[in-house]
Amino acid sequence: MQIDPVENAEVNAAVQLNAGRGIGIRVRSVSKSYAGREVLKTLDVEIAAGEFVAIVGRSGCGKSTLLRLIAGLEQPGNGNIGFGARDDKPEIRIMFQDSRLLPWKRVLNNVGLGLPRASLASIRALTQVGLEDRASEWPAVLSGGQRQRVALARALVHDPELLLLDEPLGALDALTRIEMQQLIESLWKERGFTAVLVTHDVQEAIALADRVLLIEDGEITLDERISLPRPRARGNLAFAQLEERILARVLKHPAPQLDSALGDISLQRTVSQVGWAI
Amino acid sequence: MSAIITAADTAHGSRPAGQAADLAVNRRVKVMQIWRARLLPWLLPVALILAWEFAAKVGWLSSRILPEPWAVARAAWSLALSGELWTHVRISAWRAISGFAAGGGLGLLLGLLTGTFKQAETLLDTSIQMIRNIPALALIPLVILWFGIDESSKLFLVSIGVFFPVYLNTFHGIRSVDKGLIEMAKSYGLSGWPLYRDVILPGALPSILVGVRFALGLVWVLLIVAETISAQAGIGYMTMNAREFLQTDVVLVGILLYALLGKLADILARLLERYWLRWHPGYQ
Repeated sequence: MQIDPVENAEVNAAVQLNAGRGIGIRVRSVSKSYAGREVLKTLDVEIAAGEFVAIVGRSGCGKSTLLRLIAGLEQPGNGNIGFGARDDKPEIRIMFQDSRLLPWKRVLNNVGLGLPRASLASIRALTQVGLEDRASEWPAVLSGGQRQRVALARALVHDPELLLLDEPLGALDALTRIEMQQLIESLWKERGFTAVLVTHDVQEAIALADRVLLIEDGEITLDERISLPRPRARGNLAFAQLEERILARVLKHPAPQLDSALGDISLQRTVSQVGWAI
Repeated sequence: MSAIITAADTAHGSRPAGQAADLAVNRRVKVMQIWRARLLPWLLPVALILAWEFAAKVGWLSSRILPEPWAVARAAWSLALSGELWTHVRISAWRAISGFAAGGGLGLLLGLLTGTFKQAETLLDTSIQMIRNIPALALIPLVILWFGIDESSKLFLVSIGVFFPVYLNTFHGIRSVDKGLIEMAKSYGLSGWPLYRDVILPGALPSILVGVRFALGLVWVLLIVAETISAQAGIGYMTMNAREFLQTDVVLVGILLYALLGKLADILARLLERYWLRWHPGYQ
């Protein structure tokens, strides 16, 4: 599928009109390689302020790497990433696949992490995710879905301009996942932040996103705008057709062959993390 | 036939009473189970003491080899009455506490340093690992040459013994803090001391406490040896002195005191663990 830049620019402008606190992202010819293996190849993408973008692709295609680059957790090998018109660092928050709550802090203090004075804003954020009555619990006693909701509250308490979601619902059961999707969508609508969701679930991408990007072998090979009205019913014919089409497109490309000499990148990182012990 | 019916009827009629009785029985069984769980660990020690007492009474054990438990209790009582016992316990406890504080504190500090800064590790860790392999007790002749037989020699021995478990576990604890949590905290704007206080230190705490408990066990081992070699006071001195006069009962009092103090230290460490790690699923 060809990407039409003119059409994209027009739609971007339309999205920009009703943007709230969100901030635009410009990714310009960004590349990244680990141990000689190119994970991202000169990638260009523009994300409008307040837009909800989903990035899909097979595992190992580089979608998480792109998200980590945007988050500033890693530096690109080449190219640059800019935010909006401003030069200072925007308020970016990231939600990981595991909740990454601090087990030694009670739920409320986890939400208030990094805030000079927690309580009121944290309680409000907890109320928004429906967990205000668990404020004084330890994270260890919460279920997986509740932990992710606390993680979402922790991200929202900073009133982010950009929320990055790195497969945050991947480990949840199907029902909890649908609940979380609705929660994320409603909070996005209310706050108007820009959202970038990395997922391997095409249905989730279509349910939530304004735009679905497909990354294959470190390149964007599909940029599909989803114009279904919200809230999106999964049973809807148009929804199902779209899902079918994008899924077929994703499956057309063979799974990326990881260089067996190098092994899995994520595995390498884990080994380097525990390297001191060996 | 009618008898069967009446029997069935009465059984039916008395059901509520039967249920209440069942409940009472259940409760009694539960209470008994709880007491059994509490008493069972003490069964073996009590049986051993009884057997010991019996053997001494019958004359199988000479009082020079092993005096009867009753004699040991009497010796402890008279030592306590004369105040001698408390002096020795106080001095020994003071040595243990100050030696533990000095060695453990230093171990904690150096462990934090090498765990946090790669350069400190490169600089110090090899040397520390080399020294670690020298048994602390092998240093005794050197320690006597350096410090003589006064207080500082005992403190030195105890501190050097507890230094290593605390150091190693602190270092290991700092290094094994979940990298994902650190990454998350950094992306939430934490750095420097707040990152250390909120993420790294609490993450390392379970491992540090393992080191502390291990070190507490070592304190007494080292102290016993140090006190039996050269001392003018302390539990070790008391037992060595009693050996000179063949007071086996006093020797036994000393040994039991060590066991008691060691157990006490372990309970304290466990309480600390329970408080500091109350977030941990393993302690809830």
